[in-house]
Amino acid sequence: MDIEARLSLDVPLTRRLLVNTIRAELGRFGFKKAVLGLSGGLDSSLAAYLAAEALGPENVRAVLMPYSTSAPDSTRDAMDVIQRLGLSHATIEITGMVDAYFAYFPDIGQRRQGNVMARARMIILYDQSEEWGGLVIGTSNKTELLLGYGTLFGDMASAVNPLGDLYKTQVRQMARAVGVPEQIIAKPPSADLWPGQTDEGEMGLTYAEVDKVLFLLVDERRTRDEVAEMGFSPKFVSNVWRMVQKSQYKRLPPVIAKVSDRTVGWEFRMPRDWGT
Amino acid sequence: MAKTFTIGLAQMAPRLGDVEANLQRHLELVREARGLGIDLLCFPELSMTGYTLRDLVPHVAVRPSPEHPAWKPLLDASKEMSLLVGFVEEDARHRFYISQAFLDGGQTIHVHRKTYLPTYGLFEEGRYLCAGEGFQAFDTRFGRVGVAICEDAWHLSTPYLLWLDGADYLLFCSSSPAYGVGPDQEGATGNAATVQQFTKTYARLLTSFAFHTNRVGVEEGISFWGGSLGVAPSGPVLAQGPFFEEALVPMEVDPGLLRTARQRLPLLRDEKSLLVFHELSRIVSHGDVPRTTEDATTDEPG
Repeated sequence: MDIEARLSLDVPLTRRLLVNTIRAELGRFGFKKAVLGLSGGLDSSLAAYLAAEALGPENVRAVLMPYSTSAPDSTRDAMDVIQRLGLSHATIEITGMVDAYFAYFPDIGQRRQGNVMARARMIILYDQSEEWGGLVIGTSNKTELLLGYGTLFGDMASAVNPLGDLYKTQVRQMARAVGVPEQIIAKPPSADLWPGQTDEGEMGLTYAEVDKVLFLLVDERRTRDEVAEMGFSPKFVSNVWRMVQKSQYKRLPPVIAKVSDRTVGWEFRMPRDWGT
Repeated sequence: MAKTFTIGLAQMAPRLGDVEANLQRHLELVREARGLGIDLLCFPELSMTGYTLRDLVPHVAVRPSPEHPAWKPLLDASKEMSLLVGFVEEDARHRFYISQAFLDGGQTIHVHRKTYLPTYGLFEEGRYLCAGEGFQAFDTRFGRVGVAICEDAWHLSTPYLLWLDGADYLLFCSSSPAYGVGPDQEGATGNAATVQQFTKTYARLLTSFAFHTNRVGVEEGISFWGGSLGVAPSGPVLAQGPFFEEALVPMEVDPGLLRTARQRLPLLRDEKSLLVFHELSRIVSHGDVPRTTEDATTDEPG
């Protein structure tokens, strides 16, 4: 079986697992409702479809959080998803919040601005979570998690992440199968943090390529040399591995300075779903 | 001719770390099983506690004795049907095991302690638990039974040893997590297909009954796939539970099938267990099998 085939999913089975997991993990903490940030992009649209299937569309609040420079078609595509699914929704602009902060730092730069916007959205989602009585559904996919292409405590923050074990290529396959509109599937992936930004442009790679390399290195446990022998540029493979290594801290809780006999995370290891 | 009986596989979703809630669920299922005329009700691995326990292990541990408040109601329930229950066992010296107890007529007839504790991939059992020390078949009112818990059954020698020890009924109990969603899985994940396949293969090659009771539900983002299965000695599936959903799966068991299967395929009659014993002794005691590359090269001349 070639690598594209190995990367492809059994869609009905995967859908069942993801929908079940959303329902079960929210339910065990006494929640029937969820909230998620809907950008009009592929990941959040798929998450919205899965959450609606798991909980019923009336129990899912999609929050649009545009900034003044956000692409208009992002809002249009997000509204399309909301209408097709019949989701509860709210639009809360972040412009006022973040511009007030940016005013302190005239030289802040795109990268810092992007991170502040992602964290402002996190503040809103967690406040909406409280107000709406539903947990935050995550939208970070496996490619982003492994490459560290996300803002810590920003878009990476959630209670339950149904997409975190799906590569971007697999997200696209799932999205098609559950009926996410084609214009969302077809447009270039973008965090839309500044005009013209695309994920692939910013990282200098394509998801089609990097997903295969990650799949071989991580899922199939191949060495970098083996992956290079399979026809990928050795430099590209090394770069991908370095990105995974450099972002390891983003995938773990903060380091705790150990002094006691029983430290959170080392000797104190209770399950998250304790007593549920 | 031995009488037919009904076995039920209770494909349940335990509540993590809540022994009291799980006890009540067991008793509910016993009541449900009564209505189905079930004689032996099998629960999955760790049915009294849930699976991803980590440091909860000492908090949910049970001594399988009538004095224990969680055990007494199970013993009472076993007066109306036999039960195979999964729990964390604490021994007198405070070691903790993943155990499965066979209860009948108000007595604990047998306790099997999981012997192969998976400690790789997503499994961390060796960190929190003590490994059992073997496999022993035991007599019940239905016939001679062998119990294996999840990873135990992935080791070929387990069902083989139980078979040589006289077990005609292999009872496998699991909390088997679902992983592997590559193309065309036919309803369950990749590892599920392997378990289903070896359960059928063991039944056929050992000309014995094989039953697998697997849990469902989700813990820590991990789904458990269910698909509990009963297989007759010559291979046909007696019944199979749904994937991922709670179910009580009853099936009628005709012990006469052991007799017919072993006439058609006399593998038990022809098995050379003494030969296996001798060969294993030779292999394990080093004999002429090289243990390392260095050993092998020392045999080279010069």
